[in-house]
Amino acid sequence: METVLTTHFADDGYRRIDAYRGFGGYDALRKALSMTPEGIIDEVKKANLRGRGGAGFPAGVKWGFLPKDLSRPRVLVVNADEGEPGTFKDRVIMARGPHLLIEGIAIAAFALRVHLSYIYIRGEFVREARILAEAVAEAYEAGFLGKNILGSGFDLDLTVHRGAGAYICGEETSLINSLEGKRGWPRLKPPFPAAVGAFGLPTIVNNVETLADVPWIITHGGEKFASLGVEKNGGTRLIGVSGAVNRPGVYELPAGTNLKEIIYTHAGGVKDGKALKAVIPGGSSTPVLRPDEIDVAYDIESMAKIGTMAGSGGVIVIPEGTCMVRALSVLMNFYAHESCGQCTPCREGTGWLKMIVGRIEAGKGRAGDVELILDVCDNMMGRTICPLADAAAMPAQSFIWKFREEFDRHIGEQKCPYGNRF
Amino acid sequence: MSVAFSDTARAEFERLLTRYPDREAVILPVLHLAQREFGFVSDEAIVYVAGLLGVSPAKINGVATFYTMYNRKPVGKYHVQICRNISCSLLGAEHLIGHVAGKLGVKPGGTTPDGKFTLSQVECLGSCGTAPVMQVNDDYYENLTEASIDAILDKLA
Ligand SMILES: Cc1cc2nc3c(=O)[nH]c(=O)nc-3n(C[C@H](O)[C@H](O)[C@H](O)COP(=O)(O)O)c2cc1C
Ligand code: SF4
Ligand code: FES
Repeated sequence: METVLTTHFADDGYRRIDAYRGFGGYDALRKALSMTPEGIIDEVKKANLRGRGGAGFPAGVKWGFLPKDLSRPRVLVVNADEGEPGTFKDRVIMARGPHLLIEGIAIAAFALRVHLSYIYIRGEFVREARILAEAVAEAYEAGFLGKNILGSGFDLDLTVHRGAGAYICGEETSLINSLEGKRGWPRLKPPFPAAVGAFGLPTIVNNVETLADVPWIITHGGEKFASLGVEKNGGTRLIGVSGAVNRPGVYELPAGTNLKEIIYTHAGGVKDGKALKAVIPGGSSTPVLRPDEIDVAYDIESMAKIGTMAGSGGVIVIPEGTCMVRALSVLMNFYAHESCGQCTPCREGTGWLKMIVGRIEAGKGRAGDVELILDVCDNMMGRTICPLADAAAMPAQSFIWKFREEFDRHIGEQKCPYGNRF
Repeated sequence: MSVAFSDTARAEFERLLTRYPDREAVILPVLHLAQREFGFVSDEAIVYVAGLLGVSPAKINGVATFYTMYNRKPVGKYHVQICRNISCSLLGAEHLIGHVAGKLGVKPGGTTPDGKFTLSQVECLGSCGTAPVMQVNDDYYENLTEASIDAILDKLA
């Protein structure tokens, strides 16, 4: 099977520039510098490269949103915040193939006429930030970053910037505020970052994996990349499978690989020979699936058709015997903790969800609590500055729609049938 | 008691200033530096960082308190942070947190009387494929079991 990113990840030395170049690394940058910026953007459009950060926006289209006027400098910000529970793929790229990312950044920057770029990496990833910083230093040394890159006249400065513990900073406008040294409060849109972003300058924010795909696209062509995936979702995806499976880990598979096959063939099936109870398919915010729903192609459109999302590629496998109320309670505690508090529906709503789900799990649920949860969700969705409120409401709704009997039983029996534990 | 950066931290601060078009963008990195230098982000550290950047201490405090990684209060020499989010929970994180709390004799949020360990529960560490996971200071420990946690903590004790 063709791989775009992980081909040499088993090789520990690949994180160093010499080994990376030994496998043809930075040849794509050389090639890109001989192309026109528009030509590069065209290839990325042809590749059907969809953003890997969660929303799946077409990268080439986003790149086209920068103003044509070049009088103001622009900024490329790399989203390495990786905070969505169940997601752990960008960490692998940064630890095992940091130069793939740096080369992708350099190519994108050239295409976008950007001379200033930052990798915003979550603060907890101390080791990965160090590996990246070393790789950035190597790339400067070798002339792939800095002034007059490879004699092309193109300049690019790249800096690794560490966050400090806040899920919300993965949201692009929050990330921009955080990069500017502020609290990570999301901004009201418009203006969109492409018009007014970091330091008041036009800004593109892309996920780590999105940019790491770019060198391969330049080397092999957009059409080849597109052909690896499905119609509107080109290439491969790094899919992180976690929870109760025999072989948890990150698997690079063509977009559109069957979800059941991902869980059973690649990740080795459910741990301890148990039956499957549920799957959260694309990070904690994405609507949960029942076992009878997982025979589906794992790509953006196919997942949307069944009412969920491939999101950030984090597949969370929940085995039989798990209390779904307790599982939801863990998620609701998380969102209540991470709401930045700017919008009333989100601040209050996440607090309510935490409280109501918590009391149901504690055996103190009241008649009408399930309807109350759904009501709170309705009042949260689509009414806030950023999508965190929706991200909290979607799991709550879907857990109830699909596992309603467990909630009713907790309330009816006034206790957790699973003994308040996982 | 006022505090000040060492020469190396001072040099790092000067280097940081060259990386951004705006001085205030260095607030997060400088708070990381301050925490490394002073052990935690004390009131004095806030005043010091504010002075370095020529902004009000209230502003620096407002930023510092937004982010969970800046400790505004002292923590133990080893900050044991166990992930309690979904993938880790499915593989026994709650149980491990209870185990460590029992072993150290502190509740989550607490510090051992000798100042060696602080125990915290944290949200997803972005390492769900090797759950359960904890972070102790800068380092991740993955695929945890009771026995492996015991070995790690005994080695640090
Ligand atoms: C609450 C929230 C958290 C997010 N966290 C991340 C994250 O950790 N990493 C990421 O790449 N995108 C995250 N996103 C999506 C970003 O806002 C943005 O869409 C993405 O970085 C764009 O890059 P892409 O188009 O390459 O996917 C998050 C969005 C929301 C609403
Ligand atoms: S939706 Fe929630 S997290 Fe997003 S800006 Fe509003 S309060 Fe903050
Ligand atoms: S859920 Fe524990 S590391 Fe992600």
